[in-house]
Amino acid sequence: MEKIINIGEYIELAVDWLTENFAPLFDLIKNVGNTSIEGIEWLLISTPFYIIIALIGLLALYKAGRGVAAFTVIGLGLIFLMGFWEETMESMALILFSTVIALIQALPLGIWAAKNDRVERIIRPILDLMQTMPAFVYLIPAVLFFSIGKLPGAFATVIFAMPPAVRLTSLGIKQVPADLKEAARAFGATNKQILFKVELPLALNTILAGVNQTIMMALSMVVIAGMIAAGGLGERVLEGINNLDIGLGFESGLAVVILAIVLDRITQALGQAKKEKNFSVSKIFKRK
Amino acid sequence: MEENDIKIEVKDLSLIFGKKKSQALKMLEQGLGKTEILKKTKCTVGVNKANLQIKTGEIFVIMGLSGSGKSTLLRCLNRLISPTAGDVIVNNVNITKEDNKALLETRRTEMSMVFQKFALLPHRTILENAAFGLEIRGEEKEARLKVAQEALESVGLKGFENQLPSQLSGGMQQRVGLARALANDPEVLLMDEAFSALDPLIKSDMQDELIELQEKVKKTIVFITHDLDEAIKLGDRIAIMKDGVIEQVGTAEDILKNPASDYVKAFVEKVDRKAIITAGSLMFEKPKIVTLEKDGPESVLRKIRESAFEVLPVINKNKVFEGFIWLPEVIKAKKQNATSISDFITRTCPSVYPDVTVEEMLPLITNTKSPIAVVDENNGRLLGVVTQTSLVIESTRFNKEEIVELKEQAREQ
Repeated sequence: MEKIINIGEYIELAVDWLTENFAPLFDLIKNVGNTSIEGIEWLLISTPFYIIIALIGLLALYKAGRGVAAFTVIGLGLIFLMGFWEETMESMALILFSTVIALIQALPLGIWAAKNDRVERIIRPILDLMQTMPAFVYLIPAVLFFSIGKLPGAFATVIFAMPPAVRLTSLGIKQVPADLKEAARAFGATNKQILFKVELPLALNTILAGVNQTIMMALSMVVIAGMIAAGGLGERVLEGINNLDIGLGFESGLAVVILAIVLDRITQALGQAKKEKNFSVSKIFKRK
Repeated sequence: MEENDIKIEVKDLSLIFGKKKSQALKMLEQGLGKTEILKKTKCTVGVNKANLQIKTGEIFVIMGLSGSGKSTLLRCLNRLISPTAGDVIVNNVNITKEDNKALLETRRTEMSMVFQKFALLPHRTILENAAFGLEIRGEEKEARLKVAQEALESVGLKGFENQLPSQLSGGMQQRVGLARALANDPEVLLMDEAFSALDPLIKSDMQDELIELQEKVKKTIVFITHDLDEAIKLGDRIAIMKDGVIEQVGTAEDILKNPASDYVKAFVEKVDRKAIITAGSLMFEKPKIVTLEKDGPESVLRKIRESAFEVLPVINKNKVFEGFIWLPEVIKAKKQNATSISDFITRTCPSVYPDVTVEEMLPLITNTKSPIAVVDENNGRLLGVVTQTSLVIESTRFNKEEIVELKEQAREQ
């Protein structure tokens, strides 16, 4: 079919213009980013595997209980035995880096959106777009801006993983009861005091739910980013596909699943550890 | 400072919600009414040219029904809501003209507020909640916890410091709210329907305690309520508000004897609760019941024992009220080995529809010990039971202990 409107052309022009005019900036970002990711990678890989397993296992035990801890130790152990330890740590580094960068942007944005209806109205469709656009599409500008490698992988991951954190931060803050904010104001609290002493603590569970979502989306994107040489488990999955190697595909896929479950259960538990308190608390607000 | 110094003065204060404020304000000054202004400008008049002088050390009650603008007026005093026109002068300083910094300082040091729904921070302990105002003010942790501790002790909450608000009852939570306000040691306490969310017995206790506390701390208290009984009990002076207008200001005596307008009069007349409380609101819903076709003497006896009453209402299988069954009758039935309790029911007993008032019910209990059954007007089904005790409490406003005493006296005679 013939194209009547050519949106793609405009996007192409915009991206070209950006690459041409901001090349030094992109280079800088790429260098700083790659160094950071490699730093985290180095830390994770050079630390003996049993220490990492023990640390994550203890975190799971402390926050999420015995079952999750047992699964963590056995699952991560299996990954090591299958010979995917380094790839897993590479993926983990990319997830950590992308999540941190995504949250650094998402939290202030979510707070801003909660406070300002106009911002919320502008942000919402953009978030919808970011979340529903097929994830592969982000790889194209990522490669154009930063060529292939780890940082473009992180770039695509950040875009894809950020929306839930923004949404849930905004939601969490909006759900803080108005009478609590009014009380703080009546005692002479400044806007900043209200934010840090009332709104953020009360929104914490919802925000943590957003963090959990972001991590999970980052994980799924990190695998896709294997297509642009971001390394890690994604590349092994791809290798399995390319060579029609069912064994390799299954093993690396299994490693991804284990990593996903471990990350999900632990971060979910972080939010729920405090939920119990807040659950009974929400009852008071309804009491008349 | 003299006792009767003016602490807070409200001058020609108006508050308008809506977009065309200035137009609405002009119309207000021309003397147009609330409904007219709403029609022409779509603006709501919250407070209409209010003037008040609140004296140092008094409990000043602002009373009105919901929508009368009383809570809005209170929020103008510490400018949680900024008035559209007029002035609020606290300690000779015009609050309405203060800049943001001075306003924060006023809220932090001179005025504290107590809220209807307590507004305690759920993630903080009782002690941390009580110290919240001081924390906002920037006091050192140790100092503020010490002051908060003393404030908690003054409201009788020693030993609860490390609990969370959710672990406390409503009355205790409001004590925390009060302690939080007192910890700041303000000159003025603003109390917004502070006791309205509490159940009646606790409410009454809290009122007594507030009066007691006030004798010690001697704050200037502005208390908002919709309950005239509460206003009369607490208020040194009372202002009555309707539709944003202050209708009358005076002592309880002034208002009861010389109501300034028909509205106040109607309000005051309603104080006679006998005429407004109905059987429907007074009855015990879902009392323990006996079903005529189902329960024999043995099971009725067990039900009576479980209920701790000596009499239970009887219904038939269609849930229609039949009568009452008394303990001695059940025992008689059991002795005679009767299979049904049908012959032992007292069928001549008082029963009313739910909209019958206390006043109308009183004659029904003069010659009987029986409770009153409340039945549905259309199908005669049992809705609930009004006991004589609750009827007497409601009509005399004596409390439970006094009733028990009166009963014992009556028994001795």
